[in-house]
Amino acid sequence: MARKRPIRVLLAKPGLDGHDLGVKMVAMALKDAGMEVIYLGMRQTPESIVKAAIQEDVDIIGLSNLSASVIPMGERVMKLLKGKRMDIPVIYGGTILKEDRKRLLDLGIKETFAPGTMMKDIIETIEKLVPEERLQ
Amino acid sequence: MYKKEEIERIAKKRREWEDDVLSKTPPRKTEFTTISGIPIKDIYTPEDIEGLDYVRDLGFPGEYPFTRGAYAPMNRGRPWTIRQVVGVGTAKETNERHKFVMKQGQTGMSNDFDVPTCIGLDSDHPLAEGEVGRVGVAIDSLADMEILYDGIPIEKANHSFTINHPTLAILSMFLCLVEKQGVSFNNIRGTTQNDPLKECFAMKMFSFPPESSVKLLVDTWEFAAKYLPRWNITNLNGYPTRDSGGAVHHELGLTFASAIEYFDAALKRGMVVDEIAPRISLMWYVHMNFLEEIAKFRAMRRIWAKLMKERYGAKNPQSWKLRMHAQTGGGAYTYQQPENNIVRGTIGGMAAALGGVQSMAIACFDEALSIPSEKAHRLSIRTQQIICHESGIPDVVDPFAGSYYMEWLTSEVEERTWKVIDDIEEKGGLAKCVDNGYVDRMLTEEAYKFNQAVEKKERIIVGVNEFLSEEEEEEPEIFRVSEETERIQLANLKRLKEERNNLQVQKALDDLRRVAEKNENVMPYCIEASKVYATEGEIMGALREIYGEFKPPSIF
Repeated sequence: MARKRPIRVLLAKPGLDGHDLGVKMVAMALKDAGMEVIYLGMRQTPESIVKAAIQEDVDIIGLSNLSASVIPMGERVMKLLKGKRMDIPVIYGGTILKEDRKRLLDLGIKETFAPGTMMKDIIETIEKLVPEERLQ
Repeated sequence: MYKKEEIERIAKKRREWEDDVLSKTPPRKTEFTTISGIPIKDIYTPEDIEGLDYVRDLGFPGEYPFTRGAYAPMNRGRPWTIRQVVGVGTAKETNERHKFVMKQGQTGMSNDFDVPTCIGLDSDHPLAEGEVGRVGVAIDSLADMEILYDGIPIEKANHSFTINHPTLAILSMFLCLVEKQGVSFNNIRGTTQNDPLKECFAMKMFSFPPESSVKLLVDTWEFAAKYLPRWNITNLNGYPTRDSGGAVHHELGLTFASAIEYFDAALKRGMVVDEIAPRISLMWYVHMNFLEEIAKFRAMRRIWAKLMKERYGAKNPQSWKLRMHAQTGGGAYTYQQPENNIVRGTIGGMAAALGGVQSMAIACFDEALSIPSEKAHRLSIRTQQIICHESGIPDVVDPFAGSYYMEWLTSEVEERTWKVIDDIEEKGGLAKCVDNGYVDRMLTEEAYKFNQAVEKKERIIVGVNEFLSEEEEEEPEIFRVSEETERIQLANLKRLKEERNNLQVQKALDDLRRVAEKNENVMPYCIEASKVYATEGEIMGALREIYGEFKPPSIF
């Protein structure tokens, strides 16, 4: 069935990390793939991210973090979403070590992406994670 | 360099060769470009450097325009300084690491700070949670600085502080410590990075808006010109510009555009170019295109010399001389198959040595994954030592000079750089172009072009889009900052705030605000505040109240 609207993605950098090249590349690639992208920018708090996700009624949240606060920021975002009983899929890109990836997946984050990931892989994952009925 | 008839003879021969020989074998791809997208031909000949004038354009090392090197003997005199970056966790942990790398033979001492310190926030700031002591040392006050330098004689070492917007606070704390150790300001040697504009458009650890950051920078320049004769007050840093996706001409062009913005402001304040220029050093990225990098180092010395002599009328030859540090690019390193980065670091280190840098860091091979382990640190230092003592590279000055391709590429990089500089000037100067997002857009577009080429495999990155490993990769031994670090730092800060004389602190901060409001030089007041253990966040906070806080423009 044809979609009525494009996938809406919220991208944000939680914490103080300034490495925003990757997230900007993802934003541009997702737009080129026909998605609607809302990029909140850097120095976001978990609260501001979750609030924007709800307000903008996005289909998926993409977090980016290349500093060492990957885990605490991921934990706080997931905790807030659960507290609000929100079932928005979350993906996370950045310098995520193997054991950290496992921790993040256990928290309910759907997928993590290391630097150097091909954009087509990110696009494919998003396409899979967003339920088709949301787009009807 | 060649007579006209000679060039014609070569051109004729070249055309014959192209028709009779070259055309027989098709090239493996239609277009060859450098990593910066500069198109390159099959072969370079004297035709390509027809206009080159040896004495005017190359000269001799240590002489204008310094294309061949900043100093006469270059590495035959004193080899480059090995300056690996150190900085992790609490001041105490970093102090121990300093002592470790000094034992390995490192001659310069570098301090990298954690993100809150770089931005100008204390460890107890709500946004700092999870970041304290993570990617560098946390410095909240003079108390931390005292621990950082415990048992290290300040006078003996050469110190480098990778700090930008908070230079006012961090340098002030260091100067308080210098006084305490009874050392004269005249005798301390070192560098503060103190290059605030690129924080706003590339490194993104900003505090103040572009215009204010230039004003505050000039405060530090004025102070250094008067009181710190052996301190390199600013280390213009092109590294993050390259790391945020810029091409070679952006790295050079935007860095020199920053210099123009700073010098114009300093001269307007009444400073003289020759009292500042000799104490400015530069820092660069080393990317993976070996020959382009060597050309870059040669080109930038020529550009700087022209900028200082022709544009600013500097009289002191020291002002014309670009001295530099280079670090192999963290962004050129890959997360995948991290040990390949040892090889990347070696190639970069060789390019930097051949390009004539004064000091060098080879990024640790595990940098893409985490803060470097001790093993990775040692490997980086050993790589430099092998290049220095075994490869023979440092035994002759600028050996690539006279190569048709190298000389052509050096001029090409220079030309492209001037174009960026002119473009920024036409659009109102760098501070303005940062404020309105022009620069961010420029870099993002360049990065996206590169990214697309990688996606389409027009550019190969080993282990990333080709030559992937088949079995699951093993992660190298990772150095982890213990989660204790943050807890200890917070406890120390809390104790400090209870034990210091808070009346004195308030008075010092009020004085600072008052001076800031009058728009006078704030540096002496930052020192006074540091002396009574005002925190970095308090000093920077007082300044932010007056000078504002940068909100980056949205470019999407």
